[in-house]
Amino acid sequence: MTIFIPTPLRPYAGGQSSIQIDAPSIAAALDQLTASHPDLRKHLFTPEGKVRAFVNLYLNDEDIRYLPEKEATRVSPTDTLSIIPSIAGGLPPRR
Amino acid sequence: MIDTIQLPELTNDELARYSRHLILPEVGMEGQQRLKAARVLCVGTGGLGSPLAFYLAAAGIGTLGLVDFDVVDASNLQRQIIHSTKDIGRKKLDSAAEKLTALNPALNVVKHEVMLSSANALGILKDYDIVADGTDNFPTRYLVNDACVLLGKPNVYGSIFRFEGQASVFATKDGPCYRCLYPEPPPPGLVPSCAEGGVLGILPGLVGVMQATEVIKLILGKGEPLIGRLLLIDSLAMRFRELKLRKNPECPVCGANPTVTQLIDYQQFCGIMPETPQEKNLKNGIPQMTAKELKRRRDAGDDFQLIDVREPYEYQIAQIGGKLIPQNDVPNRLAEIDRNREVVVHCRSGARSQRIAEFLKQAGYQNVSNLAGGILAWSDEIDPRVAKY
Repeated sequence: MTIFIPTPLRPYAGGQSSIQIDAPSIAAALDQLTASHPDLRKHLFTPEGKVRAFVNLYLNDEDIRYLPEKEATRVSPTDTLSIIPSIAGGLPPRR
Repeated sequence: MIDTIQLPELTNDELARYSRHLILPEVGMEGQQRLKAARVLCVGTGGLGSPLAFYLAAAGIGTLGLVDFDVVDASNLQRQIIHSTKDIGRKKLDSAAEKLTALNPALNVVKHEVMLSSANALGILKDYDIVADGTDNFPTRYLVNDACVLLGKPNVYGSIFRFEGQASVFATKDGPCYRCLYPEPPPPGLVPSCAEGGVLGILPGLVGVMQATEVIKLILGKGEPLIGRLLLIDSLAMRFRELKLRKNPECPVCGANPTVTQLIDYQQFCGIMPETPQEKNLKNGIPQMTAKELKRRRDAGDDFQLIDVREPYEYQIAQIGGKLIPQNDVPNRLAEIDRNREVVVHCRSGARSQRIAEFLKQAGYQNVSNLAGGILAWSDEIDPRVAKY
């Protein structure tokens, strides 16, 4: 499957915008992704291993929170997984 | 949304001005009258707010409220096209209102020169039909969202980072809100800010015009608004994708049993604590050196290492004589930083260097401080020849 890496997280994924991963399920794909890019882990997951509240994961166009089997959902090579973190835009107040 | 019984008449001037709308069946006379009757609030007159307000004014929106308290800075002009070079140093509200009324003298511009807060948001938003969120920070995003949900006003959302944007329409009667998508904001420091990342100047133009389009569609009641859909814009690949958004039944503000029933402290919600005087000098255990203090120490010939943790392309724009070790290289280049000498770390604004100073302290460096305000403070307080960017 193809995992799309959003701009803010690309520095932790070797600058890549998408990564091909051969895995049977969403959870397995995320494991492989964070195993090869360990810096991504703390941005995607809490220390307890839960997906962070400001990061959303989409299998194709569907939020995985609303898939019946959630992270255990099986995936095919043509599926895409998008990581969508919240972005505020603009510049923070000058300091 | 707008009562059809009392739509305002169009003047002859307006019939001429809006003729290209009037001959569109989707707008027509009634649609143009609806636009004239509409009251839209633009939160922010920056990157997103510039094209948003400009197009809404051109389209014939009757009343346009603007919220901003900032002044125009030279670094804004690369994308905030409502402001001109001559406006540098001027209030953004005054600059924007002047351009908008020049474009459309019939427009009623309402200026709100405030920082939107829990204390004033409901009072300001209540007078408008639709709110367009062109803000640039998480506390205001959550504030605007919650206020829109509480008041039942649609929140036309746009957000940008570097080359990427997001757009959607939140807080309509049956649609999801921003908190359905993101229940909580990222803790400060975990997601890099635009100040570190930069932003392609055209991107807020692209996203702001999408917001204007959604505002107009909502007023006209035509087309398919971005309700329940998150549009992702990648301007580098020039690829647009769309994701499904669902209303979260457990959403703390728009769900079946909301726990947020009034506005809260959004700075605190986003993990931003007010600075105490003590923290100004010490942040997370790291002494904060002022630009003046750095200058004094330099002039006195004190022995310390100044480390610049910005990126090489930033170093090309401006530098203050620090040794360049980009932040991501620091862990691998510790050998170049002498543990036995004092270390002062700096970046553009003081945010990245703070994190690196904390990292160095953890790595065993005893005497590390951060240049508060970074190269920007140096330019403001010591040497204006050092370019600000």
